Amino acid sequence: MLNMTDIMETITMIQEENLDIRTITMGISLLDCCDSDIRRSCDKVYEKITRCAEKLVETGIFIEQKYGIPIINKRISVTPVSILAGVSGGDPVEYALTLDRAAKATGVNFIGGYSALVQKGFAPGDRELIRSIPRALAETELVCSSVNVGSTRAGINMDAVALMGHAVRETAELTADKQCLGAAKLVVFCNAVEDNPFMAGAFHGTGEADCVINVGVSGPGVVRAALAKAGSDCNLNEVAEIIKRTAFKITRMGQLVGTEASQILGVPFGIVDLSLAPTPAVGDSVAYILEEIGLEQCGACGTTAALAMLNDAVKKGGVMASSNVGGLSGAFIPVSEDAGMIAAAEAGSLSIEKLEAMTAVCSVGLDMIVVPGDTPADVISGLIADEAAIGMINSKTTAVRVIPAIGKAEGETLEFGGLLGSGPVMSISRKSPSVMIQRGGRIPAPIQSLKN
Amino acid sequence: MKAVVTVIGKDMVGILASVSGACAKANANVIEVTQSVLQEFFAMVMVVDISQMNCELCQLQKQLAEANPGMTIHVMHEDIFNSMHRI
Repeated sequence: MLNMTDIMETITMIQEENLDIRTITMGISLLDCCDSDIRRSCDKVYEKITRCAEKLVETGIFIEQKYGIPIINKRISVTPVSILAGVSGGDPVEYALTLDRAAKATGVNFIGGYSALVQKGFAPGDRELIRSIPRALAETELVCSSVNVGSTRAGINMDAVALMGHAVRETAELTADKQCLGAAKLVVFCNAVEDNPFMAGAFHGTGEADCVINVGVSGPGVVRAALAKAGSDCNLNEVAEIIKRTAFKITRMGQLVGTEASQILGVPFGIVDLSLAPTPAVGDSVAYILEEIGLEQCGACGTTAALAMLNDAVKKGGVMASSNVGGLSGAFIPVSEDAGMIAAAEAGSLSIEKLEAMTAVCSVGLDMIVVPGDTPADVISGLIADEAAIGMINSKTTAVRVIPAIGKAEGETLEFGGLLGSGPVMSISRKSPSVMIQRGGRIPAPIQSLKN
Repeated sequence: MKAVVTVIGKDMVGILASVSGACAKANANVIEVTQSVLQEFFAMVMVVDISQMNCELCQLQKQLAEANPGMTIHVMHEDIFNSMHRI
């Protein structure tokens, strides 16, 4: 029997607390599209994507209307393109243009998978793809790119880290007239996951099925509202319990939507990614949850502890609610996409160094951080290496998505608009790691015992 | 199969009649109604049986919204509430 209190709770979550399904992402394997002729390969890619995802957007809208729950994005992730580029040779940008066309034809919001996995070394196609990323992101609108440069089992490929510092900078330079937007679509990972539905880091791993549906839920606003309602009297055990319960409810909705979408589309259901993904909308912020737990402002001492508890409680609640949890699952901390983070960065209480500490306990990493336009490529590589080291040692996914604000300095702002928000240029250490970065080679995989 | 219709907005004469009329036209049987008026603020939750309905849920929502301008109206399939609040 339906209970009125439950009905009103669900409606309040959607209406007032910005609860939404952030994305339905269809993962499509392109392994059967490989061809030694790049033209033929691109044709096969276009044909397969438009065939598999033909009804994706339509299905998303149908489910949205049936349950009255907003589904913000419909997306596609594909097999890392470096594999196709390795077989066909030629200019990898051809693939980016093909993906962009296919994404536009199917009506999705983004397509991810202009990617390479180079944690241990470069296979044919990998270097070419990485070098082509700036052009690919400048010449396309919907394509997202990611590169995995390290893993706990392989260590960190420092040659790739050096290349990525340049790639990030160059991407920002080529899109300087569009608020350096290209760099917001480029992620550098350590321990990348194969079933992540969130952009810009989504790609369809080679261990995945031919075609799957993954769902990313969101809902920082709901968690914050639940904590606000409980008041400041309850102790941290109770706070963790409230977060767990709320994450459970949010994830159940993701499970429902994923199951339904997979049935309608006749495609297996992959995973629910139960991430708290903020948006710039007031109240839909992870920073505000941390402040609700009891910090004066995000970035204060205690932020890392509060975030660690939040991240863990979200997972505990969500795991129980879904048959298959995967992806990045946890709390995201993208600065420009989170009203509370933006405020904290502008007020000077949140620094890149503090964010780096927070990434040791959050679900991903340094995300949507705007750095001064004159930041050298080697400094960005240094930042990537630091972040990858945190991921490698702690056996977790970490990532770097920084945007060098070409022509801008500290105190100025980049305005991306939409879900990407706006980011104040944050200060970063000017000391040079050049010699270390130029050494190249690999940081060996870490020992898995003697954990201190 | 059931759906939940919620109507929120400024109180006036005939809201319930208009909403239930539209449901009848769509052949959706009203099972339960909870309604309250607080300081001119009208809030109603209606559970309807949609197994014999002659149109899609989104069409019913559209008709309800057109018939009651100014009111916030949602039509949602019951499964969302069941999955969120029941194990």
